[in-house]
Amino acid sequence: MAMHTPLKQTYNYAFLDEGSKKEIRRATLKAVAIPGYQVPFASREMPIGRGWGTGGLQLTLSLIGDGDTLKVIDQGNDDSVNAVSIKKLVQACTNVAVTTDAEQATLIQSRHRIPEVPIRADQILVFQVPIPEPLRFVEPKEKKSKHLHAEMDYSGIWLRLYEDIVKWGKISIGADYPALAHKRYIFAPSPIPRYDLPKLHQAEGLFLFGAGREKKIYAIPPYTDVEPLAFDDYPFEVEHFEGCSCRLCGSTDSFLDELYDEAAGQTFYQCSDTGYCRKCRERGAQHGK
Amino acid sequence: MGYVAVTGGQQAIETANLLNQWYRLKDADHALEVTAIEKQMRHLVDRVISESGLYAPNDAALALKQAEGDPAEAAFLLRAYRSTLERNVESLTVDPGQMRVIRRISSAFKDIPGSQILGPTADYTHRLLNFTLRNEEAQAALKSVLQQLPKQDNPHTDHRQPFRKVADLLRAQGLLSPPNARNGLVDITRDKLTFPVPRSAKLQLLSRGDTGAMTALACSSMREHTAQHPTVAELRVGYVELTVAYPLASNETLSLGEVMVTEVETINSFTKKDNGDVQFQLGYGLTFGQNETKAIAMAILEQRLETDGTSPTHDEEFVLLHVDSIEANGFVSHLKLPHYITFQSKLDVLRQAQKLAAEKTDHQEV
Repeated sequence: MAMHTPLKQTYNYAFLDEGSKKEIRRATLKAVAIPGYQVPFASREMPIGRGWGTGGLQLTLSLIGDGDTLKVIDQGNDDSVNAVSIKKLVQACTNVAVTTDAEQATLIQSRHRIPEVPIRADQILVFQVPIPEPLRFVEPKEKKSKHLHAEMDYSGIWLRLYEDIVKWGKISIGADYPALAHKRYIFAPSPIPRYDLPKLHQAEGLFLFGAGREKKIYAIPPYTDVEPLAFDDYPFEVEHFEGCSCRLCGSTDSFLDELYDEAAGQTFYQCSDTGYCRKCRERGAQHGK
Repeated sequence: MGYVAVTGGQQAIETANLLNQWYRLKDADHALEVTAIEKQMRHLVDRVISESGLYAPNDAALALKQAEGDPAEAAFLLRAYRSTLERNVESLTVDPGQMRVIRRISSAFKDIPGSQILGPTADYTHRLLNFTLRNEEAQAALKSVLQQLPKQDNPHTDHRQPFRKVADLLRAQGLLSPPNARNGLVDITRDKLTFPVPRSAKLQLLSRGDTGAMTALACSSMREHTAQHPTVAELRVGYVELTVAYPLASNETLSLGEVMVTEVETINSFTKKDNGDVQFQLGYGLTFGQNETKAIAMAILEQRLETDGTSPTHDEEFVLLHVDSIEANGFVSHLKLPHYITFQSKLDVLRQAQKLAAEKTDHQEV
């Protein structure tokens, strides 16, 4: 059986009709022009589940062309079922090459991770976003949160952080940690770990965020200030991996997945970025020779 | 170990797809014919074309076959297919007053112009399993039905003229308040949605909403607020003609054919307008196919969204963002995806909080 069967001619190149792709690109340009601002767009229904990466997929399909090399990761992993499924779909309706090497890719679609190797100026990283509105957990209504952004009234979210400190002794937000884009809009970086958030600050590459069900596109363009929300006496902290290393490549400077070996009754760690881990191992093997 | 930590995702997917096919066919004597689904699973097909917003009964039947009868999955397949289709023309406004009616009832007036027509409905059947359907011979059964039908009700010989709508009669008597001012005609499949949404977007979202979700919300609205019990001025099912402007002559139209729709107009409690007029408010529901409960639910919800109030059904974000079958199913089912990163991050925060709590306790004990 072929690895991927090309879709029949009834579907356009890159699935969406050209009018739709143009509309998505126009929304994307606006998003790039206003860092962190959520641009509403007429999100299309895609052949994957709503909530399974349709926003990211629409961005990818609106941008992709024959010269591109695509990498798709889910939680850092190239081989995760949803990443494989998305990659298969893009391959079925385009002629693009795919890779697991972040440095070879021109376009990377990711769910909840930024690759360990920094994104270059000639690369675009597309995020899949479940909830694009950082104020949603303090203000459930879209109409209201839009006003709050317009007036830069962010007291609600600051208060929430303060209450966290009172209650837990520290800010209790795990992933999807809110940050301020270029001193103007608070934005949700999608559920990437806090570990990845500093990678958005003054970066070389372009970061695009697509929320399909919520019908929003936003962007962190190159060289944008990205400041995680924090207090002077309660600074922003990333996840702790002191004393841990990847059991496969030995890396101590990457985001690690925690795994539990039931048989051995042991906790061990492994790079979440599988492409990075593979390269580390290959390099290690070469040095070994 | 889970479905991501090991490599081999590609092969795991291929296998899952094959197993899905195996389960679909393993006990089949013969494959379901798409046409049989289209012609004999009428309400299921109607539900799918309505919830997908694509009037394509045969494609809907194919989607149902592929989805093994899951209406949410079938509507999803059609919706995704529709995303790839160009919009070439816009149809002209349809006047449901010109409908070729097959069924039409009013709960408001006993006597309506054109009279009540029960038409095809299971409303008055007893819900007893009909075991004779197990061994039915289609042609013989059809012949027997036609023989028993009174002549004037024989669909082959029936040529009813269009009826005036009940709401038009009320309107002529000045009993109905006009709908809130139009604020723009949008296409929700092409234009971005911003809140508050224009009335046209509201109607489109409701028209392709999930039957079950809308029925539940409409039910809650009626139970909580008994004063809001609406009356069905008219429910009509039938065929309306779709036409487009003829591009070469400004005053001519081209007919594209007919689509079956269900239209419901409900009368709700009366309101006092700013100018002092006291009038009834209309609720409006329109769906593809024969989807009567959904059309009634739509009329109820539409009216609720047009009026102010504190219950959830007055809240357009609450109603409109959650009644779409494709979106609600997608979001709830996405929980099946790995969440290792977010969970790891949360775990880290919890451990830090535990550490802080323990330090605090130690400190107090000292």
